[in-house]
Amino acid sequence: MSENLLELSGVHTHIGAYHILHGVDLAVPRGQVTLLLGRNGAGKTTTLRTIMGLWRASQGRIAFNGDDITRLDTPRIAQLNIAYVPENMGIFADLTVKENLLLAARGSSTAAHMDNARLSWIFDMFPAVDRFWNYPAGKLSGGQKQMVAVARAIVEPRDLLIVDEPSKGLAPAIINNMIAAFSQLKKSGVTILLVEQNIHFAQRLGDTVAVMDNGRVVHAGSMAQLAEDEELQQSLLGLAL
Amino acid sequence: MNWRGLDYKPLVLVPLLALVVLPFIGSASTWLTLTVAGLAMGMIIFIIASGLTLIFGLMDVLNFGHGVFIALGAFVATSVLGLMADWTGSGELWRNLVAVLPAMLAAMLVAGALGIVFERFLVRPVYGNHLKQILITMGGAIIGEELIKVVWGPQQIPLPLPAGMQGSWFIGDAAVEKYRVVAVVVGLVVFAGLAWVLARTKVGLLIRAGVQDREMVEALGYRIRRLFIGVVVVGCALAGLGGVMWGLYQQNVIPQMGGQVLILIFIVLIIGGLGSTGGALIGALLVGLMANYTGFLLPKVALFSNIALMVAILLWRPQGVYAVGNR
Repeated sequence: MSENLLELSGVHTHIGAYHILHGVDLAVPRGQVTLLLGRNGAGKTTTLRTIMGLWRASQGRIAFNGDDITRLDTPRIAQLNIAYVPENMGIFADLTVKENLLLAARGSSTAAHMDNARLSWIFDMFPAVDRFWNYPAGKLSGGQKQMVAVARAIVEPRDLLIVDEPSKGLAPAIINNMIAAFSQLKKSGVTILLVEQNIHFAQRLGDTVAVMDNGRVVHAGSMAQLAEDEELQQSLLGLAL
Repeated sequence: MNWRGLDYKPLVLVPLLALVVLPFIGSASTWLTLTVAGLAMGMIIFIIASGLTLIFGLMDVLNFGHGVFIALGAFVATSVLGLMADWTGSGELWRNLVAVLPAMLAAMLVAGALGIVFERFLVRPVYGNHLKQILITMGGAIIGEELIKVVWGPQQIPLPLPAGMQGSWFIGDAAVEKYRVVAVVVGLVVFAGLAWVLARTKVGLLIRAGVQDREMVEALGYRIRRLFIGVVVVGCALAGLGGVMWGLYQQNVIPQMGGQVLILIFIVLIIGGLGSTGGALIGALLVGLMANYTGFLLPKVALFSNIALMVAILLWRPQGVYAVGNR
């Protein structure tokens, strides 16, 4: 079994006439939290969408568990136990919180068939999900929606969790809650790939880090190494942690 | 059913409209007759519109060819009912229903099956391009109409009501046409069926989610393309059923009948909120009532009245009475 759960090799992505990714090489080690950092427009979201098949890689290879998934369509990729939370959270506003989670529970036809033990575990992590179980998800606050989005992604056991900017627009208290939740998920053995602009969030969670610029990964290594090297931070991110 | 988040205001519109016009009509019996007629017309329009609103909501397809399935359903019914003249000629309602039910089923089957062909060859190549959708589905409607003329001929064909559904029941001085009651019952059955599927089943949940965000449904591991085909079949089958009901309502059918109704259907969809089944029901009832009330009170503005209604609703809620989230 490969040490890396997910590997991208020389991935290029075009969106219409625009060449967005210019040969992305990225390794996501099994059981770890990998942070994808970079300035706006560096290609982080495009990388995630390309992994999920929402945008097609025009060149290169994406391997999951050693199998080539580059040409698979999005539903098939999701069925490989890869969960994705997009930047806009992808919450179905007119559905209740319960219905949002039921939808992601592919093995359950009704809420009664969902795994109660797992739901309790999720409710412990995200009390708001339990509290607003029968509320329309669209009426929740931004932080509560983000909790629903992550809860939905893990309503059934997944091997890889991909989340695009989980701390975006959230209050500090909610961010701490999210950090605690991702730490718990990591302990449960889930491999996590996060795109994040909040450096402090990244520093507290990340095991490994990849920094993107102009559609390429320009640095890959451990989070600890990046956190210690101010010169590297300045050159890659334009700031110091 | 999530009652906590229910937006009740649009539900008040239908009884409100009915009560507001009562003093202008003056006579309670006339008001009752017009109201039942309006509700029946609204229910038939709803049957047709419900399929189209799902097709638009889930697939983002502007299907201007929906009318041809209405006409197709009506023409299939003329053939089936023509074969069952003994049953439709009987004064007993149950014998009439035995004749009408297979006509409805045949119309739904033929329209649904043709819907698969329509989706595969006309709609699928133009997903995501509204202008091409309008052009190609209008072209499809023209071809469909011509094919109907080839099979059934270009002339108007009578579709008389079965004997047991003719005439009226009297409530005091008010005459309530029997067929209109049948239309209300059929409409309610269709609405209840759709509401049950949408609210209580996983397929319904997927459809409601797909109407809001198709990409996310796929990212959760579901093949939305299969849902598309299912929704087109159901939508076209409902148009076929609506065609039977509309044909019996008008008591004759012509190949262009679908196109004539389509304007009303689009008004209903806009009033209801594109993609909303509940909104389509309220929109259809409002349009049906408005057409009947203004036809009685102000015949000269009857044609304009539904446009005015739509404008008024859009001024109140620019995305229709039940705007679909994320749209």
